[in-house]
Amino acid sequence: MTTLDLAAMVQRHGGDATRLVQILHEVTAALGYVPPATITELAARLGVSRAHVEGVVGFYSFFSAAPQGRFRVRFSDNITDQMAGSHALCQRMLDAFRVELGEVSRDGLVSIARTSCTGLCDQGPALLVNDRAIARLTPQRIGAICSLIRGEVPLPQWPENLFAIHRLVERRDRILAAVMQPGEGLAAAVARGKAATIAELERSGLRGRGGAGFPAGAKWAACAAAPGPERYVVCNADEGEPGTFKDRELLMHHAELVIEGMTVAAFAVGAQRGLVYLRAEYPFLVAPLEELLARRRAAGLLGRAAGGVAGFDFDIELHVGAGAYVCGEESALIESLEGKRGIPRNRPPYPVTHGYRQRPTVVNNVETLAAAALIARDGAGVVRDVGTPKSAGTKLLSVSGDVARPGIYEYPFGVTVRQVLDDAGAVATQAVQVGGPSGTLLAAREFGRRIAFEDVPSAGAFMVFDQRRDMVAVVENFARFFAHESCGFCTPCRVGTTLAAQMMTRIATGVGSRRDVKDLARVAGVMKAASHCGLGATAGAPVVAALEKFRPAFDQRLRSLDVVPTFDLDLALAPAREATARDDQAAHLDEESP
Amino acid sequence: MSERASDGAAVVPRRKLRVATASLAGCFGCHMSLLDIDERLVDLLELVELDASPLTDKKRCGPCDIGLIEGGLCNAENVHTLRAMRANCKILVAVGACALNGGLPAQRNHIDVRDCLQTAYLSGPGVERGFIPNDPELPLPLAQVHPLHDVVKIDYFLAGCPPSADAIWQFLTDLIAGRTPVTAHGLIKYD
Repeated sequence: MTTLDLAAMVQRHGGDATRLVQILHEVTAALGYVPPATITELAARLGVSRAHVEGVVGFYSFFSAAPQGRFRVRFSDNITDQMAGSHALCQRMLDAFRVELGEVSRDGLVSIARTSCTGLCDQGPALLVNDRAIARLTPQRIGAICSLIRGEVPLPQWPENLFAIHRLVERRDRILAAVMQPGEGLAAAVARGKAATIAELERSGLRGRGGAGFPAGAKWAACAAAPGPERYVVCNADEGEPGTFKDRELLMHHAELVIEGMTVAAFAVGAQRGLVYLRAEYPFLVAPLEELLARRRAAGLLGRAAGGVAGFDFDIELHVGAGAYVCGEESALIESLEGKRGIPRNRPPYPVTHGYRQRPTVVNNVETLAAAALIARDGAGVVRDVGTPKSAGTKLLSVSGDVARPGIYEYPFGVTVRQVLDDAGAVATQAVQVGGPSGTLLAAREFGRRIAFEDVPSAGAFMVFDQRRDMVAVVENFARFFAHESCGFCTPCRVGTTLAAQMMTRIATGVGSRRDVKDLARVAGVMKAASHCGLGATAGAPVVAALEKFRPAFDQRLRSLDVVPTFDLDLALAPAREATARDDQAAHLDEESP
Repeated sequence: MSERASDGAAVVPRRKLRVATASLAGCFGCHMSLLDIDERLVDLLELVELDASPLTDKKRCGPCDIGLIEGGLCNAENVHTLRAMRANCKILVAVGACALNGGLPAQRNHIDVRDCLQTAYLSGPGVERGFIPNDPELPLPLAQVHPLHDVVKIDYFLAGCPPSADAIWQFLTDLIAGRTPVTAHGLIKYD
C-alpha cells in the first residue's frame, strides 16, 4: 500500500479542519479509500473528534472507509443513462470481472458501483473511473476499458480519446454568444460604483438560475448590508440535479464569464474571498479552472488590489465536492465547504447574513454569475429586454433523452416546451421532466406551457421521454435517486424516500398492489409537509405527478387491487426448509390465504 | 332523523362488539399494557366480548368486529394466525413497535436464518450431539421478521413499546364509540 505522509498533507492545508473534504480527496486519490487508522490520525491532527471525520467519510458517496478497487468504476445511473443502455453495459463489466455491483473484486483490482447522474446526459451512458469521466459508452468501449483495467494501465496512459467530452451547443443567445475580455465586467462595475452595480442588477430583474429564482440583486444587497468584517462569494457549481449539465458547458467554455461574475459580486458586496464549489463528477474541469484562476492572478484580476482597484483584495479558490446531491442546497453547500457533512442548516438566518464561517455570503449559481458579469458590462437591458416580465433574461436548458439533438439550448424565458421539443428533434414525445426529478413532469397535453418562473420553473434539466418509455420505470429511477441522496438528518425524508423507492420498485417489478399506490401518495404528502429541506419536500413530486398524469401505467402493473404481501412468503421459508431438510406441507406458505 | 333507530331519536343501537387479540412475534408487553387499564377493564367488558385471545385461551378466531395484534411476523404460524384474524375481523389493528416495524425480533434480520439455526442447534457453545429440530408440528422461521402490513391490510396502527394503558384505552374507546381514533400528542411513545 502507498504510504501517506498525513502530517505533511495536513500541514499543506494549514491544519484547517474546514479543509477536511479536500484532504479526504487527497487520501482517496492516494489509497483508494480512507482506512480507519487514517481517520483516527486525521482527527488527531486536525483537532476534531474521530466521529466527525468518520461521519464526513460516511456521508459522501465518493469517500469510503472500506477498501475499494485500485480502479473504482462508477456508472452514472440517471434515467437517461439507463435509457441509453447503461444497466446492460454495467452488467457486461460486472461479468467480465466476476464481481457483484457495489463489491470489490477478490484481487482488489476493481470495484464497480452505480452513482447518481454524472452530468453527461447529452452523451451518455457515462461512467467515472477514479477521477476521470468517460462518456458515450458502447460495448466496444466497455471492452477497451476492461482490457486497460485488467492490464493495470495507469489512467494517465489510457488513450486520451476515451476521455473526450463533446461540446453540443445547439442554440446560443445572450450568454453563450457573449464575448468578454477578462476584466471588462469588473472595470464597468468599478466605474459604476458598488451601490450602482447592485442597483443595476436589481433593475435587470435577474433571478437565481439554480432553480429557486430568488432575485439576485436583493441577495447581493442583503449581503452588502450585513454587518461583519469579512464577506464571501460562493459559486454553486454542484449541478447535481439529474439531467442538468449546463454548468458543465459554462465552466468548460465560458468560465471567464463566470469568474468575472464572481469578481464583480465580490467588488459589489465587499468580499475578500471567493469559493467555487465544483461537483466531484466534473474532475475534467479542475485543471482548466485552476489554470484560469492562475491566469487571472497573473493579469492582476485576482489578488491584492484586484483589477487595479486599491483596497479590493480578492482571490478565489476551488473546492471539490464529493458526490452528494443535497450539497446543491446553499446551506448544505456551505456546511460542506466548512469540511462537514452536507446537512442543510435551519434557515433563517440565511447565508447572506450567516453563511460561510457564519459570515455574510452570497451563494449564486454558475449561470447567475455569468449573467451578472454581462449585466455589469452591458447594463440591465441585456437581461431585462428578453424573457417575460416575471422571468427576465435567457435560460440554458440541458436537453437529453429521446431527442435527435441533445445538448445545450439557450432560450429567452417564456419559450414553450413544444418549441424546445421541435428544435431538439423530438418525435412521439410522451412526457418531459423539466428541472430534473425535483422539477415538473409534463404530459403531452401540457407542451404548450412555458419555461418561466411563473409557469414551469427549471434549474436547467429537460429530459424527454418518447412513447416507448415506461413512465413507471422513469419514476422508479427518480424515487431510488432521492432515497440514495437523502442526507438522513430528518425522519420524513430519510424514511419516506426509502419507503417510496421500495413501493415504486414493487410496482415497477409487477408485485405491487393498490395499497402501494395509495401509500405512495400518502408518503409523498408527509415528505412534502414535514421535511427539513427542499430535497424531502420535492422528493415525492415526480410520484404524485406521475400518479396524476400516468395513472393507467401504474394500475396496469399492479398484481392485485387488494393488499398482497410485499415479499414472497414461500420463498421466505426456503432458508429454514434448507436448514431443517423439511418439505412437508406445513413447511410451505400459500400465495393467497387459504 | 334515522328511521332505523327504534325510538326515532337517531341513537346508535348498542350491542357488545366482539374483540379478538393475538400476540405474534412479541413479548406480551402490549397485552400487559392492555391489562394495565386496571379498573377500566370492567368498563371495557361492558362494551366488548372477547373472542380468541391469550386472555381467554380461545385459539381460533370467529367473526369479530375488532382484532388487536401485537408482535411482528417471524414464522409461518404467525402468517396463518394473521390471515385468520384478517379474514374474521372487520377492523384490524397493529399494536406496538413489533407489529408496526418488526421491533426487537427484527434485530435478527441481518443474520442468515440457516446460520442462526446451525449455531443454536449444532455448533454453538455447549451443544453436544445437536440436531436442528424438524418436526412438522414446529412452524418454520421466515428468512426475516416482517411487520404485519407487509402481508395483510392493517386498518389502524397504535405505536409504542408498549403503547401506554391510557393510549390503548383512548384508542379502544374511540374505536368502540365510532370515532376515528387519533392518538394525540403525549400518548405516543416510540421508544
